Amino acid sequence: MNEIVSLKDIVVDFDGERILDGLSLDIHDKEFVTFLGPSGCGKTTTLRVIAGFLTPKSGSVLFDGKDITALPPYKRQVNTVFQKYALFPHLNVYENVAFGLRLKKLPEETIRPKVQEMLETVGLKGFERRSINQLSGGQQQRVAIARSLVNQPRVLLLDEPLGALDLKLRKEMQLELKRLQREMNITFVYVTHDQEEALTMSDTVVVMNKGNIQQIGSPQDIYNEPCNAFVARFIGDSNIVDGIMEKDFLVSFAGREFTCVDRGFKPREPVQVVIRPEDVAIVPPSVGMLTGLVREVIFKGVHFEMHVDVEGKEWLIHSTQASQPGELIGMNIGPDEIHIMSREEV
Amino acid sequence: MKKHRRQNRHLLQRTYLVLIFGFMYLPIAVLIAYSFNENKSRAVFTGFSLKWYESLFHNEMILTALWNSLVLALVSSIVATVIGTLATIGINSMSRKAQLLINNISYVPVVNPEIITGVSLMLLFVLAQKAGIGGEEGVFGWITLMIAHITFNVPYVIFNVSPKLRQLDSSLYNAALDLGCTPRQAFFKVILPQLSPAILSAFLICLTYSIDDFMISYFNCGTMQTLPIAIYSMTRKKVSPEINALSTIMFIVILAIILISNALDSRSYKRNQAAIRRDTAGV
Amino acid sequence: MFRSKASRWAAAPYLVWMCVFIVVPLAIVVWYALTDASGAFTLTNLTGIGRYASVFGRSLLLAAIATVICLVLAFPVGYSLSRLRANKQHIMLMLVMLPMWMNFLLRTYSWMTLLEKNGLINKFFGLFGIGPFNMINTSGAVVLGMVYNYLPYMILPLYTAMTKIDNSVIEAAQDLGANTFQVLVRVLIPMAKPGIGTGITMVFVPAVSTFIISRMLGGGSNLLIGDLIELQFLGNSYNLNLGSAMSLVLMVIVLLCMSFTSSFDEEEMEGVM
Repeated sequence: MNEIVSLKDIVVDFDGERILDGLSLDIHDKEFVTFLGPSGCGKTTTLRVIAGFLTPKSGSVLFDGKDITALPPYKRQVNTVFQKYALFPHLNVYENVAFGLRLKKLPEETIRPKVQEMLETVGLKGFERRSINQLSGGQQQRVAIARSLVNQPRVLLLDEPLGALDLKLRKEMQLELKRLQREMNITFVYVTHDQEEALTMSDTVVVMNKGNIQQIGSPQDIYNEPCNAFVARFIGDSNIVDGIMEKDFLVSFAGREFTCVDRGFKPREPVQVVIRPEDVAIVPPSVGMLTGLVREVIFKGVHFEMHVDVEGKEWLIHSTQASQPGELIGMNIGPDEIHIMSREEV
Repeated sequence: MKKHRRQNRHLLQRTYLVLIFGFMYLPIAVLIAYSFNENKSRAVFTGFSLKWYESLFHNEMILTALWNSLVLALVSSIVATVIGTLATIGINSMSRKAQLLINNISYVPVVNPEIITGVSLMLLFVLAQKAGIGGEEGVFGWITLMIAHITFNVPYVIFNVSPKLRQLDSSLYNAALDLGCTPRQAFFKVILPQLSPAILSAFLICLTYSIDDFMISYFNCGTMQTLPIAIYSMTRKKVSPEINALSTIMFIVILAIILISNALDSRSYKRNQAAIRRDTAGV
Repeated sequence: MFRSKASRWAAAPYLVWMCVFIVVPLAIVVWYALTDASGAFTLTNLTGIGRYASVFGRSLLLAAIATVICLVLAFPVGYSLSRLRANKQHIMLMLVMLPMWMNFLLRTYSWMTLLEKNGLINKFFGLFGIGPFNMINTSGAVVLGMVYNYLPYMILPLYTAMTKIDNSVIEAAQDLGANTFQVLVRVLIPMAKPGIGTGITMVFVPAVSTFIISRMLGGGSNLLIGDLIELQFLGNSYNLNLGSAMSLVLMVIVLLCMSFTSSFDEEEMEGVM
């Protein structure tokens, strides 16, 4: 795959604070890429650097291999869908969508079908004459998307576009955005702090924290093979326990040894072990690799969430069958379910 | 019992408002009534007549003063609006400290007694005259009036437009750039239309202040007459009911403008509401 | 947003204008106040004002009385308006502002018609066999003129401040046992304070510096500061230096008044403009 956007050693300071700390990243063409991270991690800043609203202190932005670091936003082949849509309140729906085309001085005969086709794509046919404040949040969102896509950008940047919508509408729009990306066949760069959203929509997830990239990978990779404790904690629930890598394929934690699929660590290297709550199987105490005391059981709809005390450490377990608080249970963990990370420097 | 008391209080409140508004409108009612008085005296009402309206349109002095006032108001308001809007945009991109200093100075003509603004400008023009500017006739007249009116109007433009500019969603400007606007285009196509209601209302405020101003004009008009100055010179002698007729006409014009703009406002508001109801019902 | 260095230049025309026509004229006033006709430094202008102490005293007194009356009259109006439904508020607000659109010389002149010896009010009283009263050319008439002209300037900021008081706050006070008077003193007045401050300044400043109202309704015997200043600049006693000294003192009085009422904050101003 070829890169459409490359960021090289981007540094951004704001009010004496370092927001992006030498960030480098390649975005492949026609991909759905998501920047995921807690607020203040620099994901929106990265987006603004790509859009051209921010000039980095150092580093360069390449587009199709050409350096565009100094190019102003209006000369870039990217368009943005803003957090609060930023629709122009003095223009109606049609004029908002036609805005970019009019700037290109296209004749009205060209503009009209394009705008109408775009409005149809986002499901707003017949809303042309509406004024912006006559639209619901979801409709405004669609106008914002149409307004950007009608310019046929090579890359569409979306800055937490679903943040203002309620849960049900958000789920609908997630699927809709995914469909649009496939139909338009262009690159989407999406910013969110919602890990579920990131996993649902993306081809590639970029997990960020404190102005640095923590991990880049497919949703499955990120979920199953988090490279450090931050990623593991941020993506879904996980149990992270300290352990020792005895040798290749053998790790010890929680007072016993487990076979695993990881290798390449130094003998007796201290490591961290990540186990997802749903990967722990509950068995009778007599046959369990580990035993634990159930402290609390919470019904979550599809599963029960259990807080289990294992040798003084609390574990989180998801299971479809409920145990009783105070019950002693056995726990089995398969080699595939154990994920080893190097111990983080403190 | 309790309900009774609440009703009483309601009645009291209403009576009070009627009394206050009565107080505020009594002199205006008197003015209007006397514009239809057949008799020139303001002591007696002898009969209904429109003759003052007729003679108003033949009174050179009043008509010239009215014309002067309108031209002065229009020109000074346009200049003040342009200077003020530009200033707002410039000030907005300055440092906090500079903004504070400029704002404080701009407040001076707003909070200073008008008489001080009037005499201080007069002193400046007197000095200019002493320095030979304006030649034989001196400077007082159109130019001084124009300068004075622009001076007291510009701060109102700034204080009307700058809150609007600060409230403006900054992503609108970014969105315009993103869609291909140059900074200049973004300003004219997006920022200016957003500000235009505030700019328009600032312009209207300038117009009214300018048409109504007596104090500051009084010290800087020389021999020029604006409408308020003409009225003042007449009150020194005897006010002709023609002035009553003129103010009645002005009052009715203003009332009509307010009523029409109100009706338009509430109609577009209702249309909006209806559309929103339709949508939410459909979903 | 578009905080580019280049856009700062947009303010240049205004900055020049501001210096030449706001700052410089005030500096000239100060300079004139501190010099004599030949241009030499002197304090006689300022000390000479002592002779007019009674006029300054009268101005301050009448303006203060008018301000207090305005405050008392306007407070219930502002409160009542702020409790109305939104569309009704709009109409009532228009009604408050509408008289200001009528030239104030004419409105004041109209009061002459009403207050005269054989004016409308005395005629009205005459129907009941009372009067006639001597109303025009008294200091009472001057105060009336001030109250009448500047009442809207008190109502509007009070109204703006009180629209920000939520009904639930008043109900909470009642719920906690406050009677009507206590609600007024402990909740409404403290919360309306910024509006009260703005209102006082907006009434007191023009009232203390007027010369029209005193001239039209006060006759010759109720000279105010404004009259004195006008006489020095355009009247018979033409003396620019003395007039400037008086203006300077008036400015100081206004500044003092404003530092008492403190915040002339922008938000309240918006409500008025």
